[in-house]
Amino acid sequence: MVVRPEAVPPSDVVLAHLKGKRTDVKGLLFQTALLLSLLLSLLFLVVLLVDIFLDAMAVFETRSLASFLEGSLSGFPDRAGVSQALYGSAMLMLFVVFVSFPLGVAAAVYLEEYASDTRFNRFITVNIRNLAGVPSIVYGLLGLSLFVGTLSAITGGPSLLAGGMTLAVLVLPIVIITASEALRAVPLSIREAGYGVGATKWEVIRSHVLPSAAPGILTGTILAISRAIGEAAPLLLVGAVGGLLGQAQGGFFSQLQDRFTALPIVIFEWTKEANSEFKALASAGIVVLMVIILISNAAAIILRNRYERKW
Amino acid sequence: MESKTAVREARQTPHNEVHAEVGHHESPTHRDVVFETRALSVYYGDFRAVRDVSMTIYRNHITALIGPSGCGKTTFIRCLNRMNDLIETARIEGEIKYHGVNLYDKKVDAVEVRRRVGMVFQKPNPFPKSIYDNIAFGPKISGFKGDMDELVEQSLQKAALWDEVKDRLKESAMGLSGGQQQRLCIARCVAVSPDVILMDEPCSSLDPIATGRIEDLMQDIKEDYSIVIVTHNMQQAARVSDMTAFFTAEVNEQQDRRTGMLVEYDKTENIFQTPSDERTATYVTGRFG
Repeated sequence: MVVRPEAVPPSDVVLAHLKGKRTDVKGLLFQTALLLSLLLSLLFLVVLLVDIFLDAMAVFETRSLASFLEGSLSGFPDRAGVSQALYGSAMLMLFVVFVSFPLGVAAAVYLEEYASDTRFNRFITVNIRNLAGVPSIVYGLLGLSLFVGTLSAITGGPSLLAGGMTLAVLVLPIVIITASEALRAVPLSIREAGYGVGATKWEVIRSHVLPSAAPGILTGTILAISRAIGEAAPLLLVGAVGGLLGQAQGGFFSQLQDRFTALPIVIFEWTKEANSEFKALASAGIVVLMVIILISNAAAIILRNRYERKW
Repeated sequence: MESKTAVREARQTPHNEVHAEVGHHESPTHRDVVFETRALSVYYGDFRAVRDVSMTIYRNHITALIGPSGCGKTTFIRCLNRMNDLIETARIEGEIKYHGVNLYDKKVDAVEVRRRVGMVFQKPNPFPKSIYDNIAFGPKISGFKGDMDELVEQSLQKAALWDEVKDRLKESAMGLSGGQQQRLCIARCVAVSPDVILMDEPCSSLDPIATGRIEDLMQDIKEDYSIVIVTHNMQQAARVSDMTAFFTAEVNEQQDRRTGMLVEYDKTENIFQTPSDERTATYVTGRFG
C-alpha cells in the first residue's frame, strides 16, 4: 500500500524508491539457461562443420576443386568427382521448379481463393499439412511403386524422370502450404479495392493478389528446392545410381529415361566406402551441397527482403 | 410464414411514415431515385446485423448515414454494391432496387453492379502499384478504349490530386500521404465513371485539412454522381450532406448482440434541427454515442 506523502518528496527520495533493490535471480538463471542451450546447439553445428571442412580440405591438398567438380564417378578416389551428381541434382531441381511450382501454386490459389470453407475442404487442407510432415522415405516407396513400377513405360524404370517426379511430389505439400500462407497474407483491403472498381474474381487474383503474394510464393518455392536437393532416401528407393554411371548421352528427353545420380546419393555411397580417401571425398561433396543450399537460401532471403511489401 | 410477413410489415410501419414525410418534402420523381430499399435485413450466418431498413436514396444528392458504432451503417452501405457478397455467410432479406431493378436478382452480376456503384473505403487502400496504374486498372478491365493518359489526368483532376502528383505518376502510390491516398482512391473510383459513389467513413483516418479537401471534393463531384457516405462525424454529415439517415443499434442483452436499424431519415437540416425521433435528438445533440 502506497501512502501518499503530505508534501512532495525531494527527488533524491523518489530516486531511492524507484531504484530496484532486488536482483532478479530467477530471471538471470533462466536467461543463462537459454543462452547455454543456444551455445550447445551451435557447438554441435560448429564441430560438424569444422570436421567436414578439415576432411574436405585434405582432398584439395592433392587436387584442384575444378577436377573434383568436373570428375565423374570412379573406383579411383583420386579421379572421382561430382559432375554427374551435380548434373543429376540440377535436373531434379528442374522437376521441382516445373512440376511442383505450377501445381502447388495452382492448388494454393484454389484452396485460398475459390474453395468455400466446407468440412471437406478443411479436411483437405489439414491433410496437405500432414503430407508435408510425412517422412521422405515414404515418398520413396510411392515413387518406387508408381513412377518406377506402374508408369515404367513412360519413365523407363529407375530413371531421372522417376526420381524427379518423386521429389516433385515430395515438396508439393510444402509449396502449397507456403503459397497458401503468402496468399492469405494479402490484405482484404487490396481485394476490396479491386472488386470496388468492378474487377472479376479472376482479375483481382491475377492483377493484385498474385503479384502481392509473389515474393512469399517464390521464397517458399526456393526453400522447397533446398529441401529437395538434400534428399537422399527417396532417391535411393527409386534407384539412383551410386556406383559407376555412364556419361549422359542422347537428347534431353531420352536422358530423362536414363539412370541418374544426385549429390546426396554420391555422398552416401562414398561414406559407405572402407577407403578413407572416399570418406574425404564425401566431405568434399557435403561442402559442395552445403554451398548450393546456402546460395539458394540466401536467394530466398534476398528476394523476400527486396519485395516484401508493407501495408 | 404468413405471420412472419405480418410481423415484418408491422415493424416496417414507422419507417414508412418517415418515408412519406420525406416524399412530402422532396416529391421525387422516379427518375430521381437511385436506390430504394424495402424492409432490408442483413444477416451474417444466423446473426441479424441490420433489420428492416426502408429508405430511398436520391440522385445527385449526398446522403449521409450516421449513428453509433455497430449500428449497421457499413453493413448497409456494403449491400448497395453487393460488396457483402465477398463474405460467405452474408445474406439479405427484403429488397434493394437500383433504378427500379432488384439488385439481388439472380440475373444481376455483382461485378457489373460494382462498375456502376463504386466504393471508397475507410482506410485508404491504393494498390501497391504506381499512381498511374491505380487509376488505369478499373478502366482497363472494363474495356476502356480511349486515351488512357487523358482519362488518368481527368480522374486525378476531379479528385483534386493532379497538381500534386502529375510529375510522379509512375511512382508507387504507397509513397503518398494518407489524404493523398484517399483522394487517389476517389480518383480510381471516378475513373470508371460510376453512377453512385459509396464512401465508408472516408475521412476517419485523415487529419482535418485532408478531411476538408475531401469534403470540398464531394461537393464538386456531386453534380455528376450520387454519393452515399457513412460517417461518425456529425459535423461532417451536417456540412456535406443533403439527406441524413440516423441508424441506431438495438442491444440484445441475452446474446450480447447488436442489430442495427434505421430510426429516422430526412433532409439533413431537419435531422439536425427538428428531429422527430427522441433517439435522433439525443444523438445529434451529443448526449449519446
